Amino acid sequence: MSTNVNTPLSSPAPATPLLHLRGVGFAPSGREILRDVSLQLHSSQILTVIGPNGAGKTTLIKIAMGLVPPHTGTVTRASGLRIGYMPQRLQVEATMPMQVARFLRLGPATTPARLRDVLREVGASHVLDSRLSTLSGGELQRVLLARALLREPQLLVLDEPTQGVDLKGQAELYRLITHIRDQHQCSVLMVSHDLHLVMSSTDDVICLNQHVCCHGHPEQVSNDPAYLELFGRSGAAAMAVYTHHHNHHHDLAGGVVKEHQHEHS
Amino acid sequence: MMADFLIRAVLAGLVLALVAGPLGCFIVWRRMAYFGDTLAHSALLGIALSLLLQVNVQVAVIASCCAVALVLVSLEKRRSLATDTLLGILAHSSLALGLVLLSFTDNRIDLMAFLFGDLLAVSAGELWIMGLGGLLCCAVLARFWNPLLALTLHQELAQVEGLPVARLRLILLLVMAVVVAVSMKIVGVLLITSLLIIPPAAARRFAQSPEQMALGASAIGCLAVLLGIGASWFWDTPTGPSIVLAAALLYLVGSLPGEKS
Repeated sequence: MSTNVNTPLSSPAPATPLLHLRGVGFAPSGREILRDVSLQLHSSQILTVIGPNGAGKTTLIKIAMGLVPPHTGTVTRASGLRIGYMPQRLQVEATMPMQVARFLRLGPATTPARLRDVLREVGASHVLDSRLSTLSGGELQRVLLARALLREPQLLVLDEPTQGVDLKGQAELYRLITHIRDQHQCSVLMVSHDLHLVMSSTDDVICLNQHVCCHGHPEQVSNDPAYLELFGRSGAAAMAVYTHHHNHHHDLAGGVVKEHQHEHS
Repeated sequence: MMADFLIRAVLAGLVLALVAGPLGCFIVWRRMAYFGDTLAHSALLGIALSLLLQVNVQVAVIASCCAVALVLVSLEKRRSLATDTLLGILAHSSLALGLVLLSFTDNRIDLMAFLFGDLLAVSAGELWIMGLGGLLCCAVLARFWNPLLALTLHQELAQVEGLPVARLRLILLLVMAVVVAVSMKIVGVLLITSLLIIPPAAARRFAQSPEQMALGASAIGCLAVLLGIGASWFWDTPTGPSIVLAAALLYLVGSLPGEKS
């Protein structure tokens, strides 16, 4: 069902990419979630996937990390690629008493000194001995980022890293992510629903709505007719992304109701 | 003689309480209480099979509980129905199958003992199986403690960090199946889940770490076993229900003085 059209991303880089998706499709029990998605991620590159709810962003990064096999297409990761993953949200069970330090030590083997260093780097030193269930949204996201960094990742995968964080905190977190990329020389693949907030901290953007609607540098994408159509002109300007006009309808279950094929990618 | 059966009852109860502490924590954290009930229901199928096939009851019950756990895992993978619906179907169809199979045997089993346990009738051989089973489960939980915690906190994160997620889930289910099977004799199928859930719930308020909660749950469970058997001894109350009631009272006492959180 997917025609293997390779959509090259921005300028072709000389080195082999850390991550290469070719024509990836995903349709569990016939419900299409992703169709013919291709992307490349090179070292030290920050690539942001934006799109409305139900666009398949989380599914896409799960496929990229190898948690879920795609139904069509191929995923190639550089051999021995160390991935640090920051999940969308940690549902901390209030019934489980768990301190931040203990939570971080559940991940890769580490030392107390390194724990403190990493927590300082993400700006969360003060929560080392706090209970996970007492953290604010921003603190929890920083702790999750610290856990991902403890793996000394070559690729950081961040699923909506600013979820549950206020607007000021969101800008700070995105700055922190850029800083981490510069310090650690790692690539970043992140999901966001807000192009304007990530604009200054991302190299490339993929606008996803079950397929790649458009891609390129953030300024380029923000003026792309496909992006404007997907997020709505006023919506795109005002960052209110949840009320947008589609070029295709979604049914109640979130599936795409295809009326026509559109060519813009 | 009299002292012997009492000692066996106390030992059997303590073994169960010890392993139920850490296991029960996972059941509380992962919200698997209904799964425990399903396993307990399927224990009757094991009893019926043991009578039909002339094999050891406990072994047959362990086998049938494990089989139900495996069926559940394979059904969950297809995700055609919500897990609680699947559990309901499994629990009651295996219970019904057990009852139907029982009608083909000449033996008339004591359904009351099956439902509410018969702790005072634990034989030396049964105690050995309980002890070995309990010890094995404790060892498995201790061995995989940190990976199981990571799995419980966030499955995908654990998977990215290289943990064998599917195998860990299976291990937890099988441990649970074994514990439910060996503890059937102690409190009966209707009350097993309560002994897995109430002690961790009582320990939670006082615990600062997952380990403290697990050990605290074991201690509270042991206390409940001793109190329940004591009550049963002095007031001639049914043993299994007395233990569960003692655990519930301990939970209540623990929650009384001013809510902290």
